[in-house]
Formats: sequence, structure tokens, C-alpha cells
Amino acid sequence: MAAISDLPQDLGRRVQLFLTDLGGMSLLAGRTIYDAVTPPYGPRLLVAQMDQIAVRSVSIVGVAGLFVGLVLALQTAYGLGRFGAKGTVGIIVGLSMVRELGPVVTAILVGGRVGSGFTAELGSMKVTEQIDAMRALGVNHIKKLVVPRVLVTMLAMPMLTVIADALGILGGMVISQHEFNVDYHHYYNTITQYVELADMLDGLGKTVVFGFLIGVVGCYNGLTTRGGTEGLGRATTGTVVTSSLLVFISDFFMTKFFWWLAGW
Amino acid sequence: MSVGSRAIAAEGSRPGTGAQAGGLAGAQGGAGATPAVELRGVFKTFEGNQVLQGLDLAVRPGESITIIGGSGTGKSVLLRLIIGLLRPEAGQVLLEGQDIVPLRERELLRVRRKVGLVFQGSALFDSLSVGENVAYALREHTAWDEEKIRARVREVLDMVGLGNIEGVEPAELSGGMRKRVAVARAIAHPPRILLYDEPTTGLDPSNVEKVNELILDLKEKLGVTSVVVTHDMPSALKVSDRLAMLHEGRIAAVGTPEEIQATHQSLIRDFIEGRVER
Repeated sequence: MAAISDLPQDLGRRVQLFLTDLGGMSLLAGRTIYDAVTPPYGPRLLVAQMDQIAVRSVSIVGVAGLFVGLVLALQTAYGLGRFGAKGTVGIIVGLSMVRELGPVVTAILVGGRVGSGFTAELGSMKVTEQIDAMRALGVNHIKKLVVPRVLVTMLAMPMLTVIADALGILGGMVISQHEFNVDYHHYYNTITQYVELADMLDGLGKTVVFGFLIGVVGCYNGLTTRGGTEGLGRATTGTVVTSSLLVFISDFFMTKFFWWLAGW
Repeated sequence: MSVGSRAIAAEGSRPGTGAQAGGLAGAQGGAGATPAVELRGVFKTFEGNQVLQGLDLAVRPGESITIIGGSGTGKSVLLRLIIGLLRPEAGQVLLEGQDIVPLRERELLRVRRKVGLVFQGSALFDSLSVGENVAYALREHTAWDEEKIRARVREVLDMVGLGNIEGVEPAELSGGMRKRVAVARAIAHPPRILLYDEPTTGLDPSNVEKVNELILDLKEKLGVTSVVVTHDMPSALKVSDRLAMLHEGRIAAVGTPEEIQATHQSLIRDFIEGRVER
């Protein structure tokens, strides 16, 4: 009975926490945009982050993209074979990778690897008072720590997605040839004929927003870490969960938005 | 606090308000001088727990004041309010006459350049070497070339008694050395006000003595106003022009080390004789 009577209070507390986080993330997003466009700029910090965020994510994104393409070709060609339409597998793999799977899979992986890395790094700086030390020295910690991470994630996401797209389509090509006897040239021609630049831009445009969301969520959770190492663990998990959910939710709305822009 | 002492001012009264800290005002910049640090009616709450309840305190330019009090009384909170890392719910925090409470973070960054804070846990940037830690504020706030920055880093490391460790990682240092590097970082871009949060906590007696000497030395050489937070009474008595006791969210008493030692106020006597939890 006691547990049931506590429910409204518990629910209220959770709603309050959710709204606090939402407000905090929105404020951080606003400050990040403001600090990114106002001088002084720190190009050296961007270069340092580029290695950490983009270069070191290439292999994981590449492997994931390749295997998504392989399995996508397997599943779609299997289904299409029932209608005698195996030859169109390239179109489906191409469009799926470029418009949807490449951006989303890349975002989920980057959210897990890079976003949680931001949280761990900034969170440990927070619990050891290094963030406060930076502020005490008169240094803008948002400009120094958050802006480069968010900007580079936004910049890296499209590049990583192109790699995932390319390897996924390549994987689909290999499976189509060897498992379903769809000729390489035919596969290639159907893709170049039916996958348009607008499809590429649609997919890559979303990744910039995904990058922004992952960066802001990762940094926010790091900067608000409390409760020592245990709190740090919770914050890191929170980043993976929140950024993944935000990617899926924003993906739907952005897809609808791009369709509206295209007049569909 | 039952028995009042003749020479000790209660409620942390402001400079030149009569009974407090007899004789110090003239030596420390005059009773009429604008206080280097002043807190007026400051309230601060954490998750429903009211830590500061209308606290008043004024620190004269060039003086060294130590805030004493039991654990959890809000001593470290006080330092964070002075440097603007925390904001009070009510009241004013004035640095050299300027109220910093209404300032936005961007404006506070400029104000903080005249204040140095030595953190209890040193808070050195663990991804940077000792030299880079000390040079951090110089690289951010000056247009100095590398040679001039390196010379300044060597100078301040010498001041804190650490030579030739610019390339060492903070993780390789002992607790006492970390503390002194933290002091070097705080004074590299010369501050006018220096705040120390438990500077001697966790150090062995030899290092405690070194840090005490360092605080006195910096006060003399740099002429900075020092606010020290500690519950280490021997250190407090050694480095302070005045001591202020924080109790139940307010400054319960202020006085010179001699006055504090001679007082009959039960609250202070209990504290300095270790009869209450520190």
C-alpha cells in the first residue's frame, strides 16, 4: 500500500527531473551555439577532437555499415525473390542505406562510443573539480570543452555516414552477386539510376542534427555528473539511452520534414 | 555562544564597526577602505538544507582572514560564492565594491581573473603537465609569447618551492606538491584576492608547515588579500590576521588570533579545544 501511495510523488519527481534535464540541455544547446559563433575561435581544439571523434570511429562505423548492407541484401533479395524481383535489390539496399540505415546506425554507434566518451571525460573532470578550476581561472568551459566536441561531432557524422553507406552498398553488391546471382553491373546500374543526390542529402542532412544532439547530450550529462564514480557510470549509461532515443525520435520528424520540403 | 568576549565582534561585523579586531584596521588598509571582499545578508540553500542564513562578512584589502567552523557549516560554499562559482538565493557578494551576484557567467569570467582559488583537492588538469597547468591562465588571458610564459611558469614554481618540474604529470606528484602546484597555478596570472580551500588538509606535518609558510610568503610578496578556509586551528592561528567562526549559517564571531585564543565564548573555546566536531 505504501508503494502505491508513493506513486504520484515518484511520478512527480520523475517529471520534474525530466523537465530539469530538458531545460538544462536546451540551455546548453543555446550557449553552445552562441559560443560557437562568437570569437575567439579555437581551431586547434577542433583538430584535436577530430582525431578522437572521427578518425577513431571509422573502423567501427565501417564494419557496422558493411554488415548492415550484407544482411539487408540477404533479407530483401529473399523477399523480392518471391515476386521474381531480385534484380531490384540494389535499389532497396541503396535507398535504405543512404536515406535511413546509414545515418541511423552511424548515429547510434557514435552516440555509444563518442557521446558516452564525452560524458565520461567531462564527468570525471566535474567530480574532480577540474571544470570549476577552469571557471575559477576565468576560462569559458563551454567554449573550451563543449563547443569543439559538438562541432566536430556534427562535422564527423556526415563523413562517417558516407563511409557506412558506401560499405553497406558494397556489401549488398557482394551478397547479391554471390547469393542471388544479381550481376555487379546490374546492381550498380540500378543504384546509380534510382538513388538520387536528393536521397543522399536527405540522409546526410539528418546526420548533422544527430551529431548536434549526441554532442549536447554527452556534454550535458558529463557537466551535470554528481555522486562520484557511481554517478559517472549512471551518467554514461544515460547518455547512450538518451542519445539513442533522441536519434530515433528526431529521425522520424526530420524524415517527415524532408518529405514536406520535397512536396510529398 | 553564551559568554561574549570583550574584543570579539559577533555576526561578522564589517570593517570599522567598532569592537572587532582591535588595531588591525589601520595596518590593513584603513577602516574607511572599500573591503576587498564583502558578503551582505547572504542566504544559500542546498536541497532544502539552509547552509548560509543571512551571512555578513567583510575582508579588508591585503588582510589574511581564516574562516573556521565545523564540517558541513558552509565554509567551502562561502569561497565558491566569493568567486561566483555558486550564486546565493539572496544577499550581495561584493568584490572590491562590485556586486557580482547579478553578473552573467560571461561577465563573471572577467571578474574571476582577479581572484585565485586553491581547491581542497588541488583540481589540477590531469591531462596537462605541471607546466601547462601553471601556464593555463596565461595562455588564455595574455598575448605573451612562449618564452615569456615559460619564464613566468618557472618563476611561480620557484615561489612555491618547486623547481624544474614543468614536464611532470600531476599524477606523479605527492599531495603536498600538488597543493603547491595548485597555488602556483592560482598566482601565475597575478590575482588580487587569493582563496584557499582547506590548504593543509591531508598533508603530513612537514608539508603543512611548507604550505603555511607559502601562504604567509605570498601575502608578503604579492600583497594579496587572502581568505583561508580550514578547520586546522594551528594553521589558522599562524596564517591569519583575523579569524571568523562560521556557525549555523552566520559568522558567529570575528577576532585576531590572540583574541580568539583568549576568548571565553564557549562556542569558540569548544571548537579550538576540539570539543565539537570539526
